[in-house]
Amino acid sequence: MATLTVPSAVPSVSEDCEQLKKAFSGWGTNEKLIIDILGHRNAEQRNLIRKTYAETYGEDLLKALDKELTSDFERLVLLWTLDPAERDALLANEATKRWTSSNQVLMEIACTRSANQLLHARQAYHARYKKSLEEDVAHHTTGDFRKLLLPLVSAYRYEGDEVNMTLAKTEAKLLHERISNKAYSDDDVIKVLGTRSKAQINATLNHYKNEYGNDIIEDLEADPKDEFLALVRSTVKCLVYPEKYFEEILRQAINKRGTDEGALTRVVSSRAEFDLKIIADEYQRRNSVPLTRAIVKDTHGDYEKMLLVLAGDDDA
Amino acid sequence: MRKGCSKLFCEDEHQFERWNHAVLTNLKAEFKRFKDVVVLSLMHPWERDARLLKKSLKKGHEQYNVIVEITCTRSSDQLLGARKAYHSLFDRSIEEDLASHIKGSERKLLVALVSAYRYEGPKVKEDNVRSEAKAFFNAIKNSDKRKVVEDDEVVRILTTRSKLHLKEVYEQYNKLSDKTIIEELEVDLLLKETVECLCTPQTYFTRVFGVALSGDANEDEKKALTRLVATQEGGEMKGVVAKFERRIEEKVKGAYKDVLVGVLAKDGK
Repeated sequence: MATLTVPSAVPSVSEDCEQLKKAFSGWGTNEKLIIDILGHRNAEQRNLIRKTYAETYGEDLLKALDKELTSDFERLVLLWTLDPAERDALLANEATKRWTSSNQVLMEIACTRSANQLLHARQAYHARYKKSLEEDVAHHTTGDFRKLLLPLVSAYRYEGDEVNMTLAKTEAKLLHERISNKAYSDDDVIKVLGTRSKAQINATLNHYKNEYGNDIIEDLEADPKDEFLALVRSTVKCLVYPEKYFEEILRQAINKRGTDEGALTRVVSSRAEFDLKIIADEYQRRNSVPLTRAIVKDTHGDYEKMLLVLAGDDDA
Repeated sequence: MRKGCSKLFCEDEHQFERWNHAVLTNLKAEFKRFKDVVVLSLMHPWERDARLLKKSLKKGHEQYNVIVEITCTRSSDQLLGARKAYHSLFDRSIEEDLASHIKGSERKLLVALVSAYRYEGPKVKEDNVRSEAKAFFNAIKNSDKRKVVEDDEVVRILTTRSKLHLKEVYEQYNKLSDKTIIEELEVDLLLKETVECLCTPQTYFTRVFGVALSGDANEDEKKALTRLVATQEGGEMKGVVAKFERRIEEKVKGAYKDVLVGVLAKDGK
Protein backbone atom coordinates (compact mmCIF):
# COMPACT_ATOMS: atom_id res chain seq x y z
CA MET A 1 0.00 0.00 0.00
CA ALA A 2 1.18 3.48 -0.84
CA THR A 3 1.90 6.21 1.65
CA LEU A 4 1.56 8.95 -0.95
CA THR A 5 -1.47 11.15 -0.33
CA VAL A 6 -3.08 13.21 -3.05
CA PRO A 7 -5.68 15.87 -2.13
CA SER A 8 -9.22 15.03 -3.26
CA ALA A 9 -9.48 18.42 -4.96
CA VAL A 10 -6.30 18.67 -6.99
CA PRO A 11 -5.47 22.08 -8.46
CA SER A 12 -5.26 22.24 -12.24
CA VAL A 13 -1.96 21.42 -13.87
CA SER A 14 -1.42 25.02 -14.98
CA GLU A 15 -2.02 26.21 -11.42
CA ASP A 16 0.54 23.74 -10.14
CA CYS A 17 3.04 24.91 -12.74
CA GLU A 18 2.39 28.54 -11.90
CA GLN A 19 2.93 27.90 -8.20
CA LEU A 20 6.12 25.99 -8.88
CA LYS A 21 7.41 28.80 -11.06
CA LYS A 22 6.62 31.19 -8.20
CA ALA A 23 8.50 28.94 -5.81
CA PHE A 24 11.63 29.38 -7.92
CA SER A 25 11.39 33.11 -8.49
CA GLY A 26 12.77 35.93 -6.49
CA TRP A 27 15.21 35.59 -3.67
CA GLY A 28 15.73 32.06 -2.46
CA THR A 29 13.35 29.20 -3.04
CA ASN A 30 10.01 28.40 -1.50
CA GLU A 31 10.81 24.83 -0.55
CA LYS A 32 7.55 24.36 1.36
CA LEU A 33 5.56 25.08 -1.78
CA ILE A 34 7.59 22.57 -3.74
CA ILE A 35 7.07 19.92 -1.09
CA ASP A 36 3.35 20.69 -0.81
CA ILE A 37 2.79 20.34 -4.53
CA LEU A 38 5.14 17.63 -5.77
CA GLY A 39 4.91 15.65 -2.54
CA HIS A 40 1.19 15.20 -3.07
CA ARG A 41 0.98 14.25 -6.74
CA ASN A 42 1.00 10.77 -8.26
CA ALA A 43 3.18 9.73 -11.21
CA GLU A 44 0.63 10.60 -13.86
CA GLN A 45 0.09 14.04 -12.36
CA ARG A 46 3.81 14.68 -12.00
CA ASN A 47 4.40 13.71 -15.64
CA LEU A 48 1.68 16.10 -16.73
CA ILE A 49 3.17 18.88 -14.63
CA ARG A 50 6.59 18.32 -16.19
CA LYS A 51 5.15 18.36 -19.67
CA THR A 52 3.05 21.48 -19.06
CA TYR A 53 5.87 23.28 -17.27
CA ALA A 54 8.17 22.72 -20.24
CA GLU A 55 5.51 23.91 -22.69
CA THR A 56 4.66 26.98 -20.61
CA TYR A 57 8.09 28.14 -19.51
CA GLY A 58 10.35 26.51 -22.07
CA GLU A 59 12.40 24.81 -19.39
CA ASP A 60 12.62 21.27 -18.03
CA LEU A 61 11.18 21.29 -14.50
CA LEU A 62 13.92 18.92 -13.39
CA LYS A 63 16.58 21.36 -14.58
CA ALA A 64 14.89 24.16 -12.68
CA LEU A 65 14.78 22.03 -9.52
CA ASP A 66 18.44 21.16 -10.03
CA LYS A 67 19.33 24.84 -10.16
CA GLU A 68 17.31 25.86 -7.14
CA LEU A 69 17.78 22.98 -4.71
CA THR A 70 20.81 21.38 -3.14
CA SER A 71 22.10 18.32 -1.42
CA ASP A 72 19.93 15.52 0.00
CA PHE A 73 16.69 17.47 -0.41
CA GLU A 74 17.43 18.05 -4.10
CA ARG A 75 18.23 14.39 -4.75
CA LEU A 76 15.02 13.31 -3.05
CA VAL A 77 12.85 15.77 -4.97
CA LEU A 78 14.51 14.92 -8.29
CA LEU A 79 14.20 11.18 -7.81
CA TRP A 80 10.62 11.53 -6.62
CA THR A 81 9.53 13.77 -9.49
CA LEU A 82 10.64 11.26 -12.12
CA ASP A 83 8.08 8.61 -12.96
CA PRO A 84 8.81 5.12 -11.64
CA ALA A 85 10.23 3.78 -14.90
CA GLU A 86 12.67 6.66 -15.38
CA ARG A 87 13.60 6.59 -11.72
CA ASP A 88 14.44 2.89 -11.93
CA ALA A 89 16.42 3.47 -15.13
CA LEU A 90 18.40 6.25 -13.48
CA LEU A 91 19.11 4.24 -10.33
CA ALA A 92 20.11 1.23 -12.41
CA ASN A 93 22.40 3.27 -14.62
CA GLU A 94 24.14 4.79 -11.60
CA ALA A 95 24.55 1.29 -10.21
CA THR A 96 26.56 0.22 -13.27
CA LYS A 97 28.96 3.16 -13.15
CA ARG A 98 32.33 2.76 -11.55
CA TRP A 99 32.11 5.19 -8.64
CA THR A 100 28.49 4.52 -7.79
CA SER A 101 28.38 0.86 -8.68
CA SER A 102 26.06 -1.30 -6.67
CA ASN A 103 25.14 -4.88 -7.38
CA GLN A 104 22.63 -4.58 -4.58
CA VAL A 105 20.66 -1.75 -6.20
CA LEU A 106 20.57 -3.62 -9.52
CA MET A 107 19.22 -6.70 -7.77
CA GLU A 108 16.76 -4.61 -5.76
CA ILE A 109 15.27 -3.03 -8.85
CA ALA A 110 15.16 -6.29 -10.79
CA CYS A 111 13.51 -8.28 -8.00
CA THR A 112 11.15 -5.95 -6.15
CA ARG A 113 9.46 -4.52 -9.23
CA SER A 114 6.64 -6.33 -11.00
CA ALA A 115 7.40 -7.88 -14.39
CA ASN A 116 5.80 -4.95 -16.19
CA GLN A 117 7.46 -2.34 -14.00
CA LEU A 118 10.85 -3.88 -14.77
CA LEU A 119 9.94 -3.90 -18.43
CA HIS A 120 9.02 -0.20 -18.36
CA ALA A 121 12.30 0.52 -16.64
CA ARG A 122 14.11 -1.28 -19.46
CA GLN A 123 12.19 0.76 -22.02
CA ALA A 124 12.99 3.99 -20.18
CA TYR A 125 16.64 2.91 -20.13
CA HIS A 126 16.69 2.60 -23.93
CA ALA A 127 15.20 6.06 -24.31
CA ARG A 128 17.44 7.74 -21.76
CA TYR A 129 20.79 6.05 -22.25
CA LYS A 130 20.63 4.80 -25.86
CA LYS A 131 21.54 1.28 -24.87
CA SER A 132 19.94 -1.59 -23.08
CA LEU A 133 20.06 -2.18 -19.33
CA GLU A 134 21.25 -5.73 -19.85
CA GLU A 135 24.20 -4.73 -22.00
CA ASP A 136 25.38 -2.30 -19.33
CA VAL A 137 24.90 -4.83 -16.55
CA ALA A 138 26.69 -7.50 -18.59
CA HIS A 139 29.53 -5.18 -19.49
CA HIS A 140 30.11 -3.80 -16.01
CA THR A 141 29.77 -6.88 -13.85
CA THR A 142 31.88 -10.01 -13.86
CA GLY A 143 31.98 -13.58 -12.66
CA ASP A 144 29.28 -14.85 -10.33
CA PHE A 145 27.75 -11.40 -9.95
CA ARG A 146 27.15 -11.15 -13.67
CA LYS A 147 25.89 -14.72 -13.74
CA LEU A 148 23.19 -13.81 -11.22
CA LEU A 149 22.40 -10.20 -12.13
CA LEU A 150 22.01 -10.60 -15.88
CA PRO A 151 19.12 -13.10 -15.71
CA LEU A 152 17.56 -11.04 -12.90
CA VAL A 153 17.42 -7.83 -14.94
CA SER A 154 16.37 -9.67 -18.12
CA ALA A 155 13.55 -11.67 -16.59
CA TYR A 156 9.96 -11.26 -17.61
CA ARG A 157 8.43 -13.51 -15.01
CA TYR A 158 5.07 -15.19 -15.21
CA GLU A 159 2.88 -13.37 -12.71
CA GLY A 160 -0.04 -15.70 -12.27
CA ASP A 161 -0.88 -17.80 -9.22
CA GLU A 162 -0.35 -21.13 -11.01
CA VAL A 163 2.09 -23.14 -8.99
CA ASN A 164 3.48 -26.60 -9.66
CA MET A 165 3.89 -28.37 -6.31
CA THR A 166 5.90 -31.25 -7.73
CA LEU A 167 8.32 -28.78 -9.20
CA ALA A 168 8.45 -26.94 -5.87
CA LYS A 169 9.51 -30.17 -4.17
CA THR A 170 12.14 -30.95 -6.80
CA GLU A 171 13.59 -27.47 -6.72
CA ALA A 172 13.59 -27.26 -2.93
CA LYS A 173 15.66 -30.44 -2.91
CA LEU A 174 17.94 -29.09 -5.61
CA LEU A 175 18.51 -25.83 -3.74
CA HIS A 176 19.19 -27.68 -0.52
CA GLU A 177 21.81 -29.86 -2.20
CA ARG A 178 23.55 -26.93 -3.86
CA ILE A 179 23.54 -24.86 -0.70
CA SER A 180 24.91 -27.72 1.35
CA ASN A 181 27.77 -27.92 -1.13
CA LYS A 182 28.22 -24.15 -1.01
CA ALA A 183 27.55 -24.07 -4.76
CA TYR A 184 25.73 -20.76 -4.51
CA SER A 185 26.33 -19.73 -8.11
CA ASP A 186 25.40 -23.07 -9.56
CA ASP A 187 23.39 -22.96 -12.82
CA ASP A 188 20.40 -24.53 -11.11
CA VAL A 189 20.31 -21.96 -8.30
CA ILE A 190 20.49 -19.19 -10.88
CA LYS A 191 17.76 -20.88 -12.89
CA VAL A 192 15.35 -20.91 -9.94
CA LEU A 193 16.06 -17.37 -8.79
CA GLY A 194 16.34 -15.93 -12.27
CA THR A 195 13.41 -17.44 -14.12
CA ARG A 196 10.70 -18.84 -11.84
CA SER A 197 7.62 -16.83 -10.99
CA LYS A 198 7.49 -15.28 -7.53
CA ALA A 199 4.57 -17.54 -6.60
CA GLN A 200 6.54 -20.60 -7.64
CA ILE A 201 9.63 -19.51 -5.69
CA ASN A 202 7.44 -18.88 -2.66
CA ALA A 203 6.01 -22.41 -2.88
CA THR A 204 9.51 -23.84 -3.27
CA LEU A 205 10.80 -22.00 -0.21
CA ASN A 206 7.81 -23.03 1.90
CA HIS A 207 8.50 -26.60 0.95
CA TYR A 208 12.18 -26.07 1.75
CA LYS A 209 11.30 -25.00 5.26
CA ASN A 210 8.85 -27.86 5.79
CA GLU A 211 11.26 -30.44 4.52
CA TYR A 212 14.58 -29.26 5.94
CA GLY A 213 13.54 -27.38 9.05
CA ASN A 214 15.37 -24.16 8.30
CA ASP A 215 14.32 -21.07 6.44
CA ILE A 216 16.49 -20.95 3.34
CA ILE A 217 17.79 -17.56 4.51
CA GLU A 218 19.31 -19.19 7.59
CA ASP A 219 21.10 -21.70 5.39
CA LEU A 220 22.48 -18.87 3.30
CA GLU A 221 24.36 -17.30 6.18
CA ALA A 222 27.33 -19.64 6.22
CA ASP A 223 30.01 -17.06 5.50
CA PRO A 224 29.34 -13.47 6.60
CA LYS A 225 32.21 -12.18 4.47
CA ASP A 226 31.00 -13.74 1.24
CA GLU A 227 29.60 -10.83 -0.75
CA PHE A 228 28.07 -13.02 -3.41
CA LEU A 229 26.29 -15.07 -0.77
CA ALA A 230 24.94 -11.83 0.74
CA LEU A 231 23.59 -10.88 -2.67
CA VAL A 232 21.90 -14.27 -3.06
CA ARG A 233 20.31 -13.83 0.37
CA SER A 234 19.01 -10.38 -0.52
CA THR A 235 17.75 -11.69 -3.84
CA VAL A 236 15.62 -14.29 -2.08
CA LYS A 237 14.24 -11.67 0.31
CA CYS A 238 13.40 -9.26 -2.49
CA LEU A 239 11.58 -11.94 -4.42
CA VAL A 240 9.42 -13.33 -1.63
CA TYR A 241 9.17 -10.73 1.13
CA PRO A 242 10.36 -7.37 -0.17
CA GLU A 243 8.94 -5.45 2.80
CA LYS A 244 11.38 -7.28 5.09
CA TYR A 245 14.23 -6.47 2.75
CA PHE A 246 13.31 -2.78 2.62
CA GLU A 247 12.79 -2.64 6.39
CA GLU A 248 16.33 -3.93 6.84
CA ILE A 249 17.72 -1.38 4.38
CA LEU A 250 15.91 1.46 6.18
CA ARG A 251 16.95 0.21 9.58
CA GLN A 252 20.60 0.09 8.54
CA ALA A 253 20.35 3.48 6.85
CA ILE A 254 18.85 5.17 9.89
CA ASN A 255 20.50 3.39 12.79
CA LYS A 256 24.08 3.58 11.74
CA ARG A 257 26.20 6.44 12.99
CA GLY A 258 25.22 9.27 10.75
CA THR A 259 22.62 8.33 8.19
CA ASP A 260 22.87 6.67 4.83
CA GLU A 261 20.86 9.30 3.01
CA GLY A 262 21.43 7.56 -0.32
CA ALA A 263 19.61 4.44 0.78
CA LEU A 264 16.92 6.34 2.70
CA THR A 265 16.19 8.57 -0.28
CA ARG A 266 16.16 5.64 -2.68
CA VAL A 267 13.77 3.52 -0.66
CA VAL A 268 11.33 6.29 0.25
CA SER A 269 11.18 7.81 -3.23
CA SER A 270 10.84 4.48 -5.00
CA ARG A 271 8.30 2.87 -2.66
CA ALA A 272 6.09 5.80 -1.55
CA GLU A 273 3.66 5.18 -4.38
CA PHE A 274 3.72 1.40 -3.99
CA ASP A 275 4.23 -0.36 -0.67
CA LEU A 276 5.89 2.06 1.75
CA LYS A 277 2.94 1.62 4.12
CA ILE A 278 3.60 -2.11 4.40
CA ILE A 279 7.30 -1.44 4.84
CA ALA A 280 6.58 1.17 7.51
CA ASP A 281 4.34 -1.29 9.35
CA GLU A 282 7.12 -3.85 9.24
CA TYR A 283 9.54 -1.20 10.51
CA GLN A 284 7.30 -0.41 13.46
CA ARG A 285 6.80 -4.07 14.21
CA ARG A 286 10.51 -4.73 14.20
CA ASN A 287 11.81 -1.56 15.88
CA SER A 288 8.85 -0.60 18.13
CA VAL A 289 9.04 2.89 16.74
CA PRO A 290 7.14 4.40 13.80
CA LEU A 291 9.24 4.98 10.72
CA THR A 292 8.23 8.65 10.68
CA ARG A 293 9.52 9.13 14.21
CA ALA A 294 12.87 7.55 13.28
CA ILE A 295 13.06 9.85 10.25
CA VAL A 296 12.40 12.91 12.44
CA LYS A 297 15.11 11.84 14.86
CA ASP A 298 17.68 11.22 12.19
CA THR A 299 17.16 13.93 9.58
CA HIS A 300 16.33 17.62 9.53
CA GLY A 301 15.25 20.55 7.42
CA ASP A 302 13.53 20.31 4.08
CA TYR A 303 14.95 16.85 3.48
CA GLU A 304 13.17 15.63 6.61
CA LYS A 305 9.95 17.40 5.65
CA MET A 306 9.86 15.86 2.18
CA LEU A 307 10.60 12.39 3.54
CA LEU A 308 7.75 12.71 6.01
CA VAL A 309 5.28 13.92 3.37
CA LEU A 310 6.17 10.99 1.14
CA ALA A 311 5.90 8.64 4.10
CA GLY A 312 2.34 9.80 4.59
CA ASP A 313 2.83 12.09 7.54
CA ASP A 314 0.26 14.74 6.79
CA ASP A 315 1.29 17.15 9.50
CA ALA A 316 4.62 17.86 7.85
CA MET B 1 -13.40 -42.33 -61.84
CA ARG B 2 -11.01 -44.34 -59.73
CA LYS B 3 -10.76 -46.96 -62.44
CA GLY B 4 -9.47 -44.36 -64.82
CA CYS B 5 -6.66 -43.12 -62.59
CA SER B 6 -4.28 -45.99 -62.60
CA LYS B 7 -1.49 -43.87 -61.22
CA LEU B 8 -3.40 -42.94 -58.09
CA PHE B 9 -5.37 -46.09 -57.51
CA CYS B 10 -4.41 -49.68 -57.97
CA GLU B 11 -6.32 -52.89 -58.15
CA ASP B 12 -6.39 -54.60 -54.79
CA GLU B 13 -6.75 -58.38 -54.38
CA HIS B 14 -10.09 -57.79 -52.64
CA GLN B 15 -11.52 -56.15 -55.76
CA PHE B 16 -11.57 -52.47 -54.89
CA GLU B 17 -9.42 -49.63 -56.13
CA ARG B 18 -7.03 -48.70 -53.41
CA TRP B 19 -5.15 -45.46 -53.02
CA ASN B 20 -1.58 -45.88 -54.09
CA HIS B 21 0.18 -45.63 -50.75
CA ALA B 22 3.06 -43.46 -51.88
CA VAL B 23 0.69 -41.03 -53.57
CA LEU B 24 -1.54 -40.84 -50.49
CA THR B 25 1.42 -40.06 -48.24
CA ASN B 26 2.49 -37.30 -50.58
CA LEU B 27 -0.98 -35.80 -50.76
CA LYS B 28 -1.26 -35.74 -46.97
CA ALA B 29 2.09 -33.99 -46.68
CA GLU B 30 1.11 -31.42 -49.30
CA PHE B 31 -2.23 -30.67 -47.66
CA LYS B 32 -0.60 -30.43 -44.26
CA ARG B 33 1.89 -27.93 -45.64
CA PHE B 34 -1.00 -25.95 -47.04
CA LYS B 35 -2.83 -26.09 -43.72
CA ASP B 36 0.29 -25.07 -41.84
CA VAL B 37 0.98 -22.02 -43.93
CA VAL B 38 -2.64 -20.87 -43.69
CA VAL B 39 -2.88 -21.36 -39.92
CA LEU B 40 0.47 -19.73 -39.34
CA SER B 41 -0.33 -16.73 -41.51
CA LEU B 42 -3.61 -16.00 -39.81
CA MET B 43 -2.44 -16.33 -36.22
CA HIS B 44 -1.41 -13.25 -34.26
CA PRO B 45 2.39 -13.04 -34.59
CA TRP B 46 2.89 -13.17 -30.83
CA GLU B 47 0.86 -16.35 -30.43
CA ARG B 48 2.52 -17.79 -33.47
CA ASP B 49 6.01 -17.24 -32.11
CA ALA B 50 5.09 -18.49 -28.63
CA ARG B 51 3.69 -21.72 -30.10
CA LEU B 52 6.68 -22.15 -32.40
CA LEU B 53 9.04 -21.74 -29.47
CA LYS B 54 7.13 -24.26 -27.38
CA LYS B 55 7.11 -26.75 -30.21
CA SER B 56 10.83 -26.40 -30.90
CA LEU B 57 11.62 -26.88 -27.25
CA LYS B 58 9.60 -30.09 -27.18
CA LYS B 59 11.25 -31.44 -30.30
CA GLY B 60 14.69 -31.06 -28.82
CA HIS B 61 18.14 -30.34 -30.05
CA GLU B 62 17.62 -30.55 -33.83
CA GLN B 63 15.00 -27.82 -33.57
CA TYR B 64 16.96 -25.37 -31.42
CA ASN B 65 17.84 -23.45 -34.58
CA VAL B 66 14.19 -22.37 -34.70
CA ILE B 67 14.60 -20.82 -31.26
CA VAL B 68 17.62 -18.97 -32.59
CA GLU B 69 15.72 -17.86 -35.67
CA ILE B 70 12.79 -16.47 -33.73
CA THR B 71 14.74 -14.78 -30.95
CA CYS B 72 17.20 -13.20 -33.36
CA THR B 73 15.07 -12.10 -36.29
CA ARG B 74 12.22 -10.50 -34.36
CA SER B 75 12.29 -6.89 -33.24
CA SER B 76 12.63 -6.25 -29.50
CA ASP B 77 8.93 -5.56 -29.13
CA GLN B 78 7.91 -8.58 -31.22
CA LEU B 79 10.04 -10.86 -29.05
CA LEU B 80 8.56 -9.26 -25.96
CA GLY B 81 5.09 -9.88 -27.37
CA ALA B 82 5.95 -13.55 -27.83
CA ARG B 83 7.02 -13.70 -24.18
CA LYS B 84 3.70 -12.17 -23.11
CA ALA B 85 1.76 -14.60 -25.29
CA TYR B 86 3.75 -17.47 -23.80
CA HIS B 87 2.61 -16.43 -20.30
CA SER B 88 -1.02 -16.47 -21.46
CA LEU B 89 -0.83 -19.72 -23.37
CA PHE B 90 1.31 -21.84 -21.09
CA ASP B 91 1.20 -20.24 -17.60
CA ARG B 92 4.97 -20.18 -17.49
CA SER B 93 7.68 -17.89 -18.76
CA ILE B 94 9.59 -18.95 -21.86
CA GLU B 95 12.87 -18.45 -20.06
CA GLU B 96 11.98 -20.85 -17.26
CA ASP B 97 10.97 -23.52 -19.75
CA LEU B 98 14.14 -23.11 -21.78
CA ALA B 99 16.28 -23.13 -18.64
CA SER B 100 14.61 -26.32 -17.43
CA HIS B 101 14.75 -28.33 -20.62
CA ILE B 102 18.01 -27.37 -22.25
CA LYS B 103 21.29 -28.55 -20.86
CA GLY B 104 24.86 -27.62 -21.43
CA SER B 105 26.50 -24.61 -22.93
CA GLU B 106 23.62 -24.01 -25.31
CA ARG B 107 21.30 -23.32 -22.37
CA LYS B 108 23.14 -20.13 -21.50
CA LEU B 109 23.03 -18.91 -25.07
CA LEU B 110 19.38 -19.70 -25.75
CA VAL B 111 18.01 -18.43 -22.42
CA ALA B 112 19.92 -15.19 -22.83
CA LEU B 113 18.75 -14.81 -26.43
CA VAL B 114 15.12 -15.13 -25.43
CA SER B 115 15.54 -12.67 -22.53
CA ALA B 116 17.11 -9.87 -24.54
CA TYR B 117 15.33 -6.56 -24.95
CA ARG B 118 17.80 -4.95 -27.29
CA TYR B 119 18.28 -1.24 -27.84
CA GLU B 120 17.17 -0.47 -31.38
CA GLY B 121 18.46 3.05 -31.93
CA PRO B 122 21.33 4.32 -34.04
CA LYS B 123 23.89 4.95 -31.31
CA VAL B 124 26.92 2.65 -31.29
CA LYS B 125 30.02 3.01 -29.12
CA GLU B 126 33.09 2.53 -31.30
CA ASP B 127 35.44 1.60 -28.44
CA ASN B 128 33.21 -1.30 -27.50
CA VAL B 129 32.94 -2.44 -31.13
CA ARG B 130 36.70 -2.66 -31.38
CA SER B 131 37.26 -4.45 -28.08
CA GLU B 132 34.42 -6.85 -28.75
CA ALA B 133 35.65 -7.78 -32.21
CA LYS B 134 38.92 -8.55 -30.48
CA ALA B 135 37.08 -10.71 -27.92
CA PHE B 136 35.62 -12.75 -30.80
CA PHE B 137 39.03 -13.00 -32.37
CA ASN B 138 40.55 -14.37 -29.17
CA ALA B 139 37.72 -16.81 -28.57
CA ILE B 140 38.02 -18.16 -32.09
CA LYS B 141 41.77 -18.38 -31.85
CA ASN B 142 41.41 -20.52 -28.70
CA SER B 143 38.59 -22.65 -30.06
CA ASP B 144 40.75 -25.76 -30.00
CA LYS B 145 40.99 -25.45 -26.21
CA ARG B 146 37.45 -24.27 -25.58
CA LYS B 147 34.34 -24.17 -27.75
CA VAL B 148 33.46 -20.65 -28.82
CA VAL B 149 29.91 -21.03 -27.53
CA GLU B 150 31.37 -21.55 -24.03
CA ASP B 151 33.20 -18.25 -24.10
CA ASP B 152 31.35 -15.96 -21.67
CA GLU B 153 32.34 -12.81 -23.50
CA VAL B 154 31.10 -14.04 -26.87
CA VAL B 155 27.76 -15.02 -25.34
CA ARG B 156 27.53 -11.69 -23.49
CA ILE B 157 28.16 -9.73 -26.66
CA LEU B 158 25.75 -11.70 -28.82
CA THR B 159 22.94 -11.74 -26.27
CA THR B 160 22.99 -8.14 -25.04
CA ARG B 161 24.31 -5.79 -27.73
CA SER B 162 22.08 -4.06 -30.27
CA LYS B 163 21.88 -5.54 -33.77
CA LEU B 164 23.50 -2.46 -35.24
CA HIS B 165 26.38 -2.80 -32.81
CA LEU B 166 26.74 -6.49 -33.70
CA LYS B 167 26.81 -5.76 -37.41
CA GLU B 168 29.67 -3.35 -36.78
CA VAL B 169 31.50 -5.92 -34.65
CA TYR B 170 31.09 -8.35 -37.55
CA GLU B 171 32.59 -5.81 -39.96
CA GLN B 172 35.39 -4.94 -37.57
CA TYR B 173 36.29 -8.62 -37.23
CA ASN B 174 36.90 -8.75 -40.96
CA LYS B 175 39.71 -6.26 -40.44
CA LEU B 176 41.33 -8.58 -37.94
CA SER B 177 41.07 -11.80 -39.91
CA ASP B 178 40.77 -12.91 -43.54
CA LYS B 179 37.90 -15.20 -42.63
CA THR B 180 34.53 -13.91 -41.47
CA ILE B 181 33.13 -14.90 -38.08
CA ILE B 182 30.57 -17.08 -39.83
CA GLU B 183 33.24 -18.88 -41.78
CA GLU B 184 35.13 -19.57 -38.56
CA LEU B 185 32.10 -21.03 -36.82
CA GLU B 186 31.42 -23.94 -39.17
CA VAL B 187 31.65 -26.39 -36.26
CA ASP B 188 29.51 -24.46 -33.77
CA LEU B 189 26.30 -24.66 -35.78
CA LEU B 190 23.92 -23.04 -33.33
CA LEU B 191 26.35 -20.21 -32.64
CA LYS B 192 26.89 -19.76 -36.36
CA GLU B 193 23.16 -19.39 -36.95
CA THR B 194 22.95 -16.92 -34.09
CA VAL B 195 25.60 -14.74 -35.69
CA GLU B 196 23.96 -15.09 -39.11
CA CYS B 197 20.51 -14.11 -37.91
CA LEU B 198 21.81 -11.16 -35.93
CA CYS B 199 24.52 -9.81 -38.22
CA THR B 200 23.74 -11.01 -41.74
CA PRO B 201 20.08 -12.11 -41.79
CA GLN B 202 20.02 -12.13 -45.58
CA THR B 203 22.56 -14.96 -45.73
CA TYR B 204 20.43 -16.92 -43.27
CA PHE B 205 17.25 -16.51 -45.29
CA THR B 206 19.04 -17.27 -48.54
CA ARG B 207 20.48 -20.44 -47.11
CA VAL B 208 17.16 -21.67 -45.71
CA PHE B 209 15.30 -20.93 -48.94
CA GLY B 210 18.00 -22.56 -51.01
CA VAL B 211 18.03 -25.76 -49.00
CA ALA B 212 14.24 -26.00 -48.81
CA LEU B 213 13.84 -25.61 -52.55
CA SER B 214 16.63 -27.94 -53.55
CA GLY B 215 15.83 -31.42 -54.76
CA ASP B 216 16.63 -33.38 -51.62
CA ALA B 217 15.25 -31.25 -48.80
CA ASN B 218 13.91 -33.14 -45.77
CA GLU B 219 10.66 -32.36 -43.94
CA ASP B 220 12.22 -29.99 -41.43
CA GLU B 221 14.00 -28.08 -44.15
CA LYS B 222 10.79 -27.66 -46.13
CA LYS B 223 8.96 -26.61 -42.96
CA ALA B 224 11.57 -23.92 -42.48
CA LEU B 225 10.45 -22.34 -45.73
CA THR B 226 6.81 -22.30 -44.63
CA ARG B 227 7.78 -20.81 -41.33
CA LEU B 228 9.93 -18.07 -42.82
CA VAL B 229 7.31 -17.11 -45.35
CA ALA B 230 4.55 -16.97 -42.78
CA THR B 231 6.48 -15.22 -40.04
CA GLN B 232 8.90 -12.80 -41.60
CA GLU B 233 7.40 -9.53 -42.66
CA GLY B 234 9.05 -8.18 -45.79
CA GLY B 235 11.99 -6.16 -44.56
CA GLU B 236 15.08 -8.30 -44.61
CA MET B 237 13.42 -10.98 -46.69
CA LYS B 238 12.46 -8.86 -49.68
CA GLY B 239 15.65 -9.21 -51.67
CA VAL B 240 15.95 -12.88 -50.85
CA VAL B 241 12.46 -13.76 -52.01
CA ALA B 242 12.94 -12.02 -55.33
CA LYS B 243 15.93 -14.27 -55.97
CA PHE B 244 13.88 -17.39 -55.41
CA GLU B 245 10.68 -16.43 -57.18
CA ARG B 246 11.46 -18.52 -60.20
CA ARG B 247 12.41 -21.57 -58.18
CA ILE B 248 9.20 -21.31 -56.20
CA GLU B 249 7.36 -21.21 -59.51
CA GLU B 250 9.14 -24.32 -60.65
CA LYS B 251 9.35 -26.45 -57.56
CA VAL B 252 6.29 -25.75 -55.48
CA LYS B 253 2.91 -27.00 -56.56
CA GLY B 254 -0.79 -26.72 -56.04
CA ALA B 255 -2.70 -24.97 -53.31
CA TYR B 256 0.39 -24.66 -51.14
CA LYS B 257 2.16 -22.73 -53.87
CA ASP B 258 -0.80 -20.38 -54.32
CA VAL B 259 -0.79 -19.56 -50.64
CA LEU B 260 2.98 -19.09 -50.62
CA VAL B 261 2.91 -16.75 -53.56
CA GLY B 262 -0.09 -14.96 -52.07
CA VAL B 263 1.55 -14.45 -48.71
CA LEU B 264 4.75 -13.23 -50.32
CA ALA B 265 2.83 -10.83 -52.54
CA LYS B 266 0.86 -9.48 -49.58
CA ASP B 267 4.05 -8.55 -47.80
CA GLY B 268 4.75 -6.25 -50.70
CA LYS B 269 7.92 -7.86 -51.90
